[in-house]
Parts: sequence; structure tokens; C-alpha cells
Amino acid sequence: MSLKNIFAQLNIIGQCRKHGLSPWQCPQFLFFLMGIIIVCSTLVAYFVGTRYIEEPEWVALTVLLFALLLFIIAVIITRSFEKLAETNRMKSEFINIISHQLRSPLSNLKWTIELLMSGRLGKIEKDQVEYFGILKENSGRMEELVSDLLIVSRIEAATLPLKKEETLLEDLVNELISEFQLFAKASNVKIEFEIQKDLPKILTDPSQVHLVIENLLDNATRYIKNSGKVNILLKKRDKNLYFEIKDNGVGIPKKDQKYVFQKFFRSENVLRQQTQGSGLGLYISRAIIEKLGGKVGFKSQENEGSTFWFTLPLKS
Amino acid sequence: MKKILFIEDESALQKTLGEILKQEGYQVIQALDGEVGLRLANPSAGGEKPDLILLDLVLPKVHGIDVLKNLKENEETKDIPVIVLTNLAEIKDVEKAIELGATTYLVKAEYKLEEVAEKIRKTLQE
Repeated sequence: MSLKNIFAQLNIIGQCRKHGLSPWQCPQFLFFLMGIIIVCSTLVAYFVGTRYIEEPEWVALTVLLFALLLFIIAVIITRSFEKLAETNRMKSEFINIISHQLRSPLSNLKWTIELLMSGRLGKIEKDQVEYFGILKENSGRMEELVSDLLIVSRIEAATLPLKKEETLLEDLVNELISEFQLFAKASNVKIEFEIQKDLPKILTDPSQVHLVIENLLDNATRYIKNSGKVNILLKKRDKNLYFEIKDNGVGIPKKDQKYVFQKFFRSENVLRQQTQGSGLGLYISRAIIEKLGGKVGFKSQENEGSTFWFTLPLKS
Repeated sequence: MKKILFIEDESALQKTLGEILKQEGYQVIQALDGEVGLRLANPSAGGEKPDLILLDLVLPKVHGIDVLKNLKENEETKDIPVIVLTNLAEIKDVEKAIELGATTYLVKAEYKLEEVAEKIRKTLQE
């Protein structure tokens, strides 16, 4: 083992990051922490022992037993976390393999439908177009789900790629609003955009931020009953750009709010309103924004609506 | 007539994209694995030198990256433009392929059939 490798192994936080784990889920960090606790507790046991026990043999034995007990507890805790981390890693790897394997037949399906719909193989009848459209839409939905699963596996493996460049967020928002106009119109939803003048460009990953705003806009529009309004706000706040999206949709029940950013979570009232959706959008959005150095949050009231927001640093 | 060698183990994709390319007037030579692909690209091995190679990465017998490496190391095939057409979208795969000399890297899931055909047309015009 080279000296560089030894130092890399000693860099506990680096090791945890490599496996995509927070320190409190990382076996190396927990073992290190337990080591410190054992040393400190042993020293305390020694000082207490020398003060209250007269025979030095008993002091030594007490300290030894105490240290041994703590060591056994540390090993048990760390081993269970190791198993947890390993299961997590295997799960991410499984998702990654499955997603890649699903992508190929989906590409075949998508391209075959496109070829048929293009008319290159002969004219297709009007009512056939409708059914090809259904096939196309559904293969598109499956592709989106697979793509989301791939992003999740990258987030968990800490390999989500970021390509930062100078970006005007206003352009991204406008682009997405026009993309959503048809869907919004069909759902009787009006989208309004308020923006502070002369906002600067920021150094961020436009495709990832695009994905975040798309998720938020999709949720805001999708979960409005009958008709409603979505208000988007973009402004400067302290050293950040602040994005906010407010809807008057179904809202999130109080008891579900703590789970909103969890993977695969879908609120009960949302399931009644809309059965489609993977419950991955907000999990992905939070991971992306945090990786870009920002923060994300929301407030919501059932039957009144939700307001989601995120910030991105003006300078990074 | 320009010749395109399409190295792809998915016969359904060979058929759909192949159909469009044939309709556009190209001659499409098909290879279902990396070994056959390498042979068909190399005149010394009995192949016909194509004007363009479409290359998948996950291939039987010889992996696409090794095919690309082999093509670029061979004097007879090193100048043939190679478009990588795959569903592997990891940055390390893209970087490796570009570093080895791929002209373009396309992730199948992210492109429409007509967009891929357009990229091929443009590459052949360059």
C-alpha cells in the first residue's frame, strides 16, 4: 500500500463521502468516534477509580472491564451500521443495473414507434395515430421513471455529475413555463412569473436546475383541483438567488410534511388526486440543490396549497 | 453510395435506424458483436472500409471501448469517424470514448431517431 493510499484511508470524512454516506451513517466515522469515547471514558474511569477505590488492582480491573464493555458495544453498533451501508450500496447498484438494462428495450420501443409514426414505412390511418400516440406517451413515462431511478442511484453513490456554467435562471424559468403552457391550459391553471429586475447570471449546472424547476412546476400544476393559479417568484436574497413557486392546489397534510423529501413518498391526498408519479421528484430536487450549494424548503396547508422554494448561491 | 458500419447487438435498433439510413441512400453494413465489427471495418481482414462507424459500447465478444481503441490504433481504420451510440451515460464512459477518438457520443435514451439520423448526416458531410 502506497503512502498516498494510507493517507486516503486515514481521511475518514473523505472515505464517507466516497461512499455517499453522511458521517452519522458511516462506519469509519462511527468507529473513530467510539474510539474517542472509549479513551475518554477509560480515563474518567481511571480518575474516578483512583479516587474512590483504594487497591490499585481493583482500579485497573474496573477500568479494563469498563473499556472492554464499551469496545464490545462499539463493535456491535459499527457492525450493524456496516451492514446497513452495504445493503444501501447493493440497493443503489441494483437500481443502477436495472435502470441501464431497462433503457435499451425502452430505446428500441421509442425508436420503433417514432419510425412508424413518421410515415416512412407507409401512411398510417388517423385513428392509428391516436393509438401510436398512447404508446409513445407511455414509453415516455417509463423512460422518465428509469431516468429518475438512475439519478437516484447516482445521488446515493455520490456520482451525480455537475457541469457548472454561467446561467441566467430567468431564461430557464421562461423556457419551462412555455413548455408547460399546454399542460397548464388543459388543467385550467394559470402560471404567473414575477421577477426582480437585473438579476445576475450565476455559476451553476443549468440542466440540473432545469430538472429541479421542472419537478416543482409539474407538482404545482398537477395537484391543482379543477382550476387554479401558480405563482413563480425569482429574486435576490442576501447572497443567494431565491426561487419560489406557490400553488393553490391540494396541499400536503401536516402529518405527511416531514416525509415530503423522502424517496418514493407520496402523500395520501395526492394519491387520491393523481395516481401517476414516482415520488422521486422532490428527493432528487433537494439532493441537486444541496449539491449546488443551495437550500430547499416548503410550507403547505392541506386544501389551500403549497409554496416550495430554493436558493442558489450568487457566487460559488 | 456512402457506407456505414453499424456495430450494435440489438437487432431491433439495427432494423429501425438501419431502415432510416437505407431510405436516406446509405449502404448499411451490420455487425452484431465487437469481433465481427472489427473485422468488417478493416480491409486487411476482409472488410470494406466504411465512411462512418456507429458503435454501441455494451457488445458481446469485444467491448465497444476495446473496439474503439483497436480502430484508432490501426493505421487503416484510425481516420474513420466513429459515433458512439449507447445507453451508458456515465461521465467516465463519455470521457473515455472521446479520449480514445470518438467523434460524437450519443446516449440513445436522450435522442429521437430523427435526431440521430441528422447527427449521422452532418458527420458524413464534414
